[in-house]
Amino acid sequence: MKGKLPRITVWRVIFAAIMLCGLYATWQRVFHGLGGSTNLSDQFPWGLWIAFDVLGGVGLAAGAFTLVATVHIFNIEKYRPVLRPAILTAFLGYILVTVGLLYDLGRPDRLWHPLVMWNPHSVMFEVAWCVTLYSTVLFLEFLPMVFEKFGWHKPLGWIHRISVPLMIVGVLLSTLHQSSLGTLFLIVPEKLYPLWYSPILPLLFFVSAIGVGLAMTIFESWHSSRAFGRALELPLLASLARVLAVVMSVYLWIRFLDLAHRHAFSLLTENREETWLFLLEIALMAVPTVLLYQARVRMRPGALYACAVMVVFGFVANRLNVGITGLKAGSGAAYFPRWSEIAITLSIVAAGFAIFRVVAHYFPVFEAASHEVKSEKTEAKEADPVSVG
Amino acid sequence: MPKAILYDSTLCIGCRACEGACAQRWGFPYNDKIAAEEKISAHKLTAVETHGDRFCRRLCMNCVQPTCVSVCPVGALEKTQLGPVTYDATKCMGCRYCMQACPFQVPSYEWNQRLPKMRKCDMCYDRQSRGEVTACSEVCPVGATITGDRDALVAEARQRIAAKPDAYYGKIYGLKEVGGTSVLYLSAVPFEQIGLRIAVPQEPLPETTWRVLELLPDVVSTGAVLLGGIWWVTNRRTEVARKEGHGK
Repeated sequence: MKGKLPRITVWRVIFAAIMLCGLYATWQRVFHGLGGSTNLSDQFPWGLWIAFDVLGGVGLAAGAFTLVATVHIFNIEKYRPVLRPAILTAFLGYILVTVGLLYDLGRPDRLWHPLVMWNPHSVMFEVAWCVTLYSTVLFLEFLPMVFEKFGWHKPLGWIHRISVPLMIVGVLLSTLHQSSLGTLFLIVPEKLYPLWYSPILPLLFFVSAIGVGLAMTIFESWHSSRAFGRALELPLLASLARVLAVVMSVYLWIRFLDLAHRHAFSLLTENREETWLFLLEIALMAVPTVLLYQARVRMRPGALYACAVMVVFGFVANRLNVGITGLKAGSGAAYFPRWSEIAITLSIVAAGFAIFRVVAHYFPVFEAASHEVKSEKTEAKEADPVSVG
Repeated sequence: MPKAILYDSTLCIGCRACEGACAQRWGFPYNDKIAAEEKISAHKLTAVETHGDRFCRRLCMNCVQPTCVSVCPVGALEKTQLGPVTYDATKCMGCRYCMQACPFQVPSYEWNQRLPKMRKCDMCYDRQSRGEVTACSEVCPVGATITGDRDALVAEARQRIAAKPDAYYGKIYGLKEVGGTSVLYLSAVPFEQIGLRIAVPQEPLPETTWRVLELLPDVVSTGAVLLGGIWWVTNRRTEVARKEGHGK
């Protein structure tokens, strides 16, 4: 870390610049309301903060439930080294989603209302409960890292005792939450462009979340290996990439069947914004999927990383398309995020990176990993010069 | 008996008296500048639109099975027995799902307030519960807007069409749209020509999400048994393997 001081400084300058813009935008949001800080309107009431910060943010946190299920429920122990970083990502992700919600809600002081004032017919009610409960579960799944750090064995034992039901509840809540974000848009059949409106939106949201959860795991392993000078768990990530390729194939195949059954493909002949952004989204997901089927792509850290980033971007493009692009024509409104919406979104992402770094530095997030992959590590080092850095 | 409004655009002369009465009832400012805004907003809950030489009044449809009521996570919106869909601003947390979900794009938001509320017509719930007609119906000089029992108004609309088939486009807007609305429209021309959304489904929209939401208990219980079962099986396998390993 000390040796890379100049590079870090550049990043720190960028980070500070983003945070300052975010701070100014926050001031506008607080004192001038949503009107003074967003380009939202009566015709277009949801924008970037919902489409990216919430829909995207929750999805990017999906690595935790995917890996918790894999390691603790399916008992596939070899993935344990990447489990903790995934839990940390998800925990921070959910905190940041809540921060995003505080910006987006007209009355953030009433964030707690759905917990008291019930309407079980509302998808948003389900979403609110899922965010609350799953954040709690993620907090409890994160706690052992804190207890270990300070050597508190007794509370560690308590958490351990409830861990199995906790993990199961977490996976269930995630399943509900990821899919319910898709269900949210079932209510706008006449507004959402048919390339995206589908009765199986909940299923599509769920499956794509599993994919992006795996991609995020590869993404953060790569970044933390560089930031902390750790060796990359390459064979492990390569086998994760195999699973990613299969999940994305399943997802793309369901998308294809869905579009075919709804006779939506003819829309692709129209030269309009929706067509191009749809093709971009599909390309960003299909290209890495095809590439990841090749061993030489999976075993090269740079190529593996690029594929993971493409899947993440493809996923984000999908959520932006559902939340923004696909709703423009149907609601007859123009919308492009105001600079302050973008500034706040970037600040939230930047804060996520920074907090992850700090927490991973001080708490045993990767330690548990290091001794278990030792045998594989040597092998990876030989095959790959980047992991030395 | 649920109440409704019948708006006959063939009678409307575009005097905007309804707009003024509505603003007064809500305590909103109303002047020439606001009168010229031909769209509903947080300070103008009904608006008379001009389409060539025809007029069309926009207001909350107070649907029979309202989408907004179903989507509100805190139950701030309520479909009253009387017919109007009312809004409790003290519950609202400002998620704006009602605005996103409304097939008629009716709910408006106080975008520039620090503590904003959603705004929409509530068919003068307070007046109607006292047995009075809505402010807009009361003030309309030509009877283009009238308030009454929904069934009676549907019958009245049918009668008008039957009496003067040439003067009307032979359908009632709001009869079947999203399962029926409490505001019914008559027009001389097809409804899209006076700016009404004809792409709205004929079925109530709450069904689209309920179809999924009602599966929730099934998903949770099946998922819990399945995941618990898988854990038990896979964990047992390691336990056995561990024991055998120790035994050797």
